[in-house]
Amino acid sequence: MEILMCIVAGLLFAAAVYLMLSKSLLRIIIGTGLLSHGTHLMLLTMGGLKTGAVPVLGENAASYTDPIPQALILTAIVISFGVTAVFLVIAYRAYQELGTDNMDQMRGMETDD
Amino acid sequence: MINAPILPILIPLVAAVVLMFLSKSVKAQRIVSVAASAATVIAALFVLKKVRENGIQTVDMGSWPAPFGITLVSDMLSILLVLTASIITLCVVVYSFRSIGSGREAFYYYPIVQFLLVGVNGSFTTGDIFNLFVFFEIMLMSSYVLIVIGGTKVQLRESIKYVLVNVISSALFVIAVGYLYSMTGSLNMAHISSRLAEIGADPLVTVLAILFLIVFGLKGGIFPLYFWLPGSYSAPPAPILALFGALLTKVGIYAIMRTYTLFFYHDQAFTHDILALLAMLTMIAGSIGALAYKDVKQILIYNIIIAVGVLLFGIAVMTEESMAGTVFYLVHDMIIKAGLFLLGGIMIYAAGTSNMTKMGGLIRLYPVLGWTFLVASFALAGIPPLSGFTGKLLIVRAGFESGEYVGAIVVLLSSLAVLYSVVNLFMAVFWKTPEGELPKKKTQMASLFIPSAALVVLSVLYGVGTEAVYPYVMQAVDALIHPEIYIDAVLKE
Amino acid sequence: MKTNDVIFQTVAKIVFFMIIFFAIHLFFAGHYYPGGGFVGGLLTSGAIVLLLLAFDMKTVRRGFPVDFKWLTALGLLFSVGTAAGSLIFNVPFFTHAYDYFQLPLFGKTSLHTAMLFDLGVYLVVIGVTMTIIQTIGESE
Repeated sequence: MEILMCIVAGLLFAAAVYLMLSKSLLRIIIGTGLLSHGTHLMLLTMGGLKTGAVPVLGENAASYTDPIPQALILTAIVISFGVTAVFLVIAYRAYQELGTDNMDQMRGMETDD
Repeated sequence: MINAPILPILIPLVAAVVLMFLSKSVKAQRIVSVAASAATVIAALFVLKKVRENGIQTVDMGSWPAPFGITLVSDMLSILLVLTASIITLCVVVYSFRSIGSGREAFYYYPIVQFLLVGVNGSFTTGDIFNLFVFFEIMLMSSYVLIVIGGTKVQLRESIKYVLVNVISSALFVIAVGYLYSMTGSLNMAHISSRLAEIGADPLVTVLAILFLIVFGLKGGIFPLYFWLPGSYSAPPAPILALFGALLTKVGIYAIMRTYTLFFYHDQAFTHDILALLAMLTMIAGSIGALAYKDVKQILIYNIIIAVGVLLFGIAVMTEESMAGTVFYLVHDMIIKAGLFLLGGIMIYAAGTSNMTKMGGLIRLYPVLGWTFLVASFALAGIPPLSGFTGKLLIVRAGFESGEYVGAIVVLLSSLAVLYSVVNLFMAVFWKTPEGELPKKKTQMASLFIPSAALVVLSVLYGVGTEAVYPYVMQAVDALIHPEIYIDAVLKE
Repeated sequence: MKTNDVIFQTVAKIVFFMIIFFAIHLFFAGHYYPGGGFVGGLLTSGAIVLLLLAFDMKTVRRGFPVDFKWLTALGLLFSVGTAAGSLIFNVPFFTHAYDYFQLPLFGKTSLHTAMLFDLGVYLVVIGVTMTIIQTIGESE
C-alpha cells in the first residue's frame, strides 16, 4: 500500500512539474495545487498506513493509525488553500495589469520601469 | 510569568488584529503600530533578561508535555534574534510613515507588517519542526502581500515568481518534515535530535540534511538557489525591502543553523563540506553581482547574498569560535542591512533615481546622510571597531584554525568586494560632481533619517560594546555547540 | 450579462438555508466528531457563493451588510483571545478549560473553551474566503 501511495505521489509530482514548466500562468497555479496534493499524500504515507483501525480509541488499542500525520495534513491543506487563493488573486491582478498570462512576456528587468 | 517566551509573538499578533479593525483611520494605525512594536521590543528585552538569568525558557503550549505538544523554546540565540527583529520592525514602521504612501497605508500595510513580525519571531522561537513550517508560512504569506502591495507593474510581475518559488520550497519543506517524522516519530526538535543521535550517521539522515538545506537555502538565498532574490527584492519600496533583506533571508539562515547544529551534526565530513563549498560560491556570486551593478538597490541586495555566504561559512566550520562569529555577524548583519536599505531608500528618494551613474553631489545637500551612509558602509565591510569586525574576525580565525584556508581567504576577499562596492556607491552618489543640475531646494528628510540613523547608531554601539555583548553571544553558542543543553531544557530530563 | 433564472433563484433561496444549517451542525459536531470551524466556515461561505451565483453582488451585500475583512479580524480576535486567556490564569499558552453542565433542553452538555477558538476559525474562514471571492469577482 505504501509503495502504491508513493507512486501516486510521484505521478502527482510529475504532473505538477510538467504544469509548472508551462508558460501559462493558470497552468502554473494548477501545478502548485497538484504539488501540494502530492506532498500531502506523501506526508500521509510517511506516518505509516495501518489498515483497519481508527486513530487512538482508548488507551489499550492494539493497533491504530497514527493521528499526527493527519493533523499535519489538515494544517498543510489549510495553508495551501490560503496560499493558492492568494496566488490566484495576485495572478488575476497581474493579468489585468500586465494584459498577459504568458510568463515569457513577464520576464522584465530589461525595461525596469 | 511562565508564558514569557510567547509575548514577542503574541503582542504583534494582537496588534495586527486591532489594526485590522482600525483600517479606516491611518493616524490610529500609526499610533498602535509604534506602540505595539515598542511593546514587542520591551517584551523581548524582558525575555532576554530571563534567559540570561535562568537559562533556556520553554512554554508547552496547551499544557501538553514536551515531546507530544508544541513547545516554544527561547534560548539565547532565539531571543537575541527576536530582539533584533523587533527593533528593526520598530524603526521600519516609523520610517514608513513618510515613505510608504497613503495608498498602501490604507490597504492594511501596518497589520501585515505586524503579521510578518509574528512569523519571524515565531520561527525564531518555536521548538517544533512542523510549527516552524507554520510560522514560515505566516511570514511568507505576509511577505506575498507586502511584495505586491501597491500593485505596480514591476511588483505584480516579480511577486508571481516570488510566490511560485516559495510555494515549491514550502512543498519540499513539508516533505522533508514527513521524512523526518517517518525516521524519528517525533516533531519536537529536541526529541528529534536525541532520536537522531541514536540512529547515528545513517545515509538517510544525510539525504534529509541536504533536503533541509535546499528548503532553507531557497529562503535564505544561498548559491544556486538565490536566483529569485535580486529580482523580487528590487520590486517593493525601501521600507519593505529593508524588512525583507534584514529579516526573511536571516530566518532561512537561522533555520540552517538550528537544524545543522541540532540534527545533522553526525556526518560533518559530508554535509558541512557541502555547506562550506556553497558558502564560498555564494560569496563569489554575491561579490560579482555587487561589483557589476550600477543600481543602488541591486548593489545592496547582492550584499545580502555575500553576507549569507559569510554566515554559511561560519556554520560550516562548526567550531565554538566560528559559531560565536556567526551569531555575532548574524545580529550585526540584520541591523546594518536594515539601516543601509533605509538609507538607500532616502538616497533614491532624494535623487529621484536608483541608478548611481545618474546621481551625484548629494553630500552638499545632505552631509549628515552622506557620512552616516559611509559609517554604515564601513560597518558592513567590517572595519574595526565597527560591528562587522568581531564576527568576521572570529569566523576567519576559526576557518584558519580548522584548516579551511580557501574559505577563510574567500571571506576576506569578499570583505574587500563589499568595501569596494559600497564605497564606490558612496563616491558615486555623494562625492562625484553631478551630471545635471542639483535640485536647489533641500527636502526635509528628518522623519526618514532618524529611524535609519538609529539603526546605524545601534550597529556602532554593538561594535564598540562587543565586550558587553560577548557573554550573551557565548551563552547562545553554548547551546548550539552542546545540543544536550537544549535537549535537556526542552524535555526536562 | 443579466440572467433571470427563476428556477435557480428559487432553489438557491431554499438550499441556502439547508447549507447554513448543515454548516452549523458540522461546526458543533466538530467538538467530538468530524467537523469543526474550518469546514463549517467553508460550507457557510459556499452557501453565500451560491447566492452570489443566483443573484448578484449588490443583492448579497444587502443581505449581509458586513465587511468581510472586519469579520476576519473579529474571528482572529476570538481565536487569539481564547488562547491568550491562559495568560490571565498563568497556565501555558493555549491551555483550554472544559467542564460538564446540566443545561435545560440539552441535558448534560460539555462546554469547552475550544469552542470559542473554533468560532474564531469559523469567522476567519468565512471572512477570508468571501474577501478573496469578492476581490476576484468585483471587477467583472
